[in-house]
Amino acid sequence: MTPNPYIFAPLLIASLAVFAWGCWKRLSLISLGQPEDRFNNIGTRIGEMLRYAFGQKRVLAKPFGFNHFIIFWSFLILMVANTEFILNGLFPHTIKLIKLPFELYLPLAFMIDIASLLALAAVTVAALRRIFAPPYPEARTLDAFFILGLIATLMLASFTLNASELAAYMLKSGADPVSFLATARKMMPVSALLAGLLPPLQLENIHAAAWWAHAVALLAFICYLPISKHMHILTAIPNCFLRRLEKPNTQPREEFTIGNTFGVGRVDRYSWKDLLDSFTCTECGRCQMVCPASITGKPLNPRAVIHDIKVNLLENGAALKRKGAPQTPLIGDDGEGSVSEESIWSCTTCGACMEACPVLIEHMPKIIQMRRHLVENEAKFPEELLNLFENMEGRSNPWGIAPSERTKWCSQLDIKPFDRDTTEYLFFVGCAGSFDSRNKHVSVAMAQLLDKAGVSWGILGKEEKCCGDSVRRLGNEYVFDKMARENVAMFIERGVTKVITQCPHCFTTLKNDYRQYGLELEVIHHSELLANLVQEGKLLLGKTTQEMGITVFHDSCYLGRHNDIYDAPRAVIEAATGQAPAEMERNRNNAFCCGAGGGRMWMEEHVGERINLTRIKEALEQSPDTICVACPYCMTMFEDGLKDVKADSVKVRDVAEVMAEALLH
Amino acid sequence: MLIVVCIKQVPDTTQVQIDPVTNTLVREGIPFIVNPYDTHAMEEALRLKDRFGCKVAAISMGPPNAEATLKKALALGVDHAILLSDRVFGGADTLATSNVLAAAIAKLRAEVDEVGLVLCGKQTIDGDTAQVGPGIASRLNYCQLTLVDKIISLDLSAKKIRVSRKLEGRHEIVEAPLPAMLTVVRELNRPRYPKVQMRLAAAEAVVKVWDNKVLKLDEQKIGLKGSPTWVSKIFSPERDKGEILGDGYADPAGAAALLIDKLMEKDMLPL
Repeated sequence: MTPNPYIFAPLLIASLAVFAWGCWKRLSLISLGQPEDRFNNIGTRIGEMLRYAFGQKRVLAKPFGFNHFIIFWSFLILMVANTEFILNGLFPHTIKLIKLPFELYLPLAFMIDIASLLALAAVTVAALRRIFAPPYPEARTLDAFFILGLIATLMLASFTLNASELAAYMLKSGADPVSFLATARKMMPVSALLAGLLPPLQLENIHAAAWWAHAVALLAFICYLPISKHMHILTAIPNCFLRRLEKPNTQPREEFTIGNTFGVGRVDRYSWKDLLDSFTCTECGRCQMVCPASITGKPLNPRAVIHDIKVNLLENGAALKRKGAPQTPLIGDDGEGSVSEESIWSCTTCGACMEACPVLIEHMPKIIQMRRHLVENEAKFPEELLNLFENMEGRSNPWGIAPSERTKWCSQLDIKPFDRDTTEYLFFVGCAGSFDSRNKHVSVAMAQLLDKAGVSWGILGKEEKCCGDSVRRLGNEYVFDKMARENVAMFIERGVTKVITQCPHCFTTLKNDYRQYGLELEVIHHSELLANLVQEGKLLLGKTTQEMGITVFHDSCYLGRHNDIYDAPRAVIEAATGQAPAEMERNRNNAFCCGAGGGRMWMEEHVGERINLTRIKEALEQSPDTICVACPYCMTMFEDGLKDVKADSVKVRDVAEVMAEALLH
Repeated sequence: MLIVVCIKQVPDTTQVQIDPVTNTLVREGIPFIVNPYDTHAMEEALRLKDRFGCKVAAISMGPPNAEATLKKALALGVDHAILLSDRVFGGADTLATSNVLAAAIAKLRAEVDEVGLVLCGKQTIDGDTAQVGPGIASRLNYCQLTLVDKIISLDLSAKKIRVSRKLEGRHEIVEAPLPAMLTVVRELNRPRYPKVQMRLAAAEAVVKVWDNKVLKLDEQKIGLKGSPTWVSKIFSPERDKGEILGDGYADPAGAAALLIDKLMEKDMLPL
């Protein structure tokens, strides 16, 4: 009865119908999302897709990724074999690969046989990993074992099928088994090996059983695909193609007109790409393994956020399609909504999740969108933020200090005001550099270094205003919008084109966020400028300091992951101390957040271990005398944390201070 | 029932400086804020609105630019916002101010609804007299409950209110019939934050302005003419120069010990 097209064809049609229905259902849910253009720069997009989807760049970044790489590429190769299988099922004995020219058939058969073996080995390893060392405990799902079992069944059935066909051919041709199998082993090593073991009298039955086992497993796989997390097999490749090409930490603007709602308070307010992300997640858990909130026991888990968005969409999809109100709220505490408010406020916007995701899911912007909803539509947020929001709006700095005190840090210095005709750079000191007593030292060091290197620079003085970073990351887009407009107007009026910042948050806001307001500034972080000045021979000239002892460098998320600046601060430290800084276990794009980003600087941290203490313990493993930073928030988090762990003999220094120490002493 | 909240636009005092020559406040370029105590009065009115469904009117006497203060009130959810503004109201002391505010409240009572409560901040941060609230109560013959840090109960049918007053070192529980005038302290509540929708609507809204053609007050009772108090001089008090104790950077423990000695010497540490 193998293969019987009259049984197989209806089954195939039914399976394809189930598959199409599943895909259509998912697609119709994705289409509930808001419009968003993700089809610009097709060339770049194809490159990204080749790199991340087909090249599996992110997948391979972790040891176990190789296993997935094997499965992925085996699948691509085995698509040829499975197409043959299906066609053969419909039109028996008419379409067979063996009818290809022998020079083509030989390598193809070999590749299929080896790919099957590799896939079988890889799914076995994957199953064992899930049993003995799962990436996270909840990963031991029935779903996962079912699909792994299905793939294993497909491989075993296909070996048996090929082996029985080989053995049948051998019997029919009357060839000498030893020499025939020896030749066959060169072509299909595994199947030929198995062919020698099959009982000759049962060949027909074995063939039939293997064929139908393969058919059922294949059809089950097709049916199951679109309704499980294995949907990623279909969505991952387009998801890589559709990635956001600019850095996703720059959130889109909002239009403030009466009647609009803001942010995302229900699932269909997300863009279609956000919804596609939720169907692309395969729950590998890499995001949660790098998330500072998850690691330190906060209620946030980026994997769960993406998963919960999907669950919410599935629950509300029917109602939303009828233009009705959602049944399950997207946001709500105590299980009333899919995502808890507490988890939304736990995010430090460090971007580690997005850096780790193999399929380029954009977690953080989704969290910011929910923050926007809470702040702008509901006026609901942790109470410590009330003062922050009012201080930012009323006095344009997070502490609410009188703007007239913005220049106190330089009252003893002779500093020029910025003037487009007489100064080249604007030194945008930033709120921390202007008001925070510890960070004022960094501003002074910068002022001295800039003068020493002969840079032409000035400041805005009392006219400088906060860039608005914290309010934007906290979802208070309305206030950010006002602040950004004012700053952009002032920069244009004053003719500012080149800006130095000592704070990565000012840096990214001026450089990336203000671009949305039509302002293209040449913004340079002080670590980059100092590194350039050393290279140009305008600073140091061989002077070094031994004062710092053993240094270790901590990457700021907004300088590193969000702006890809890793080398400049290290170069500054190396130039100033004569040796490269020690590295923490997690460094560069894998660095662990200090805990202050995303407005967390202004919030209490009551749940779990403190993020800064976790990072400090990691730094102390290098037995440093000095922890070097390039961000005022990191500075505060380290200074505070070192006192808490009674390790305040370790100093915290900004890279500018390290450089000034080398130069001035 | 209508609740009336009296609010005032004040200069952000952390940013106010006194002109050493003229001895007057330098107000140029100084941002204005809603008097912080008034924000608590407004919050309480809005909470009562949420609870009882009553309406809230915010009134403010001031120059035309005090409209911004009333727009903030609208953004928070008040139902009526009225600016009492007229050149003849200018230069008013607390007596003349309370005359204007009381007249406006009486007009609201006559035209909108029965007034159950008038809420004021305990004082403003620029004048610091704490007299206007009690003045309004006197003009309108309402009970006055000052320094309220908690509304314990409000019974609209029996027209009774019971509050806690925060006095120095003690609390006083007081009950009074409505209508009553309350002045409130910061401990009463945490003011809410405006929703963006409301802000956008408030920005478009037109704030009603009542001048003296509307209120028709005797000019001898308002503005400069109606003010028996007048300010002869404003000055910053001289401050003795402080001293730096020890070297806190090099020897923090020693500096702390010196500070403790000094405090004990001046009997400022309750040991």
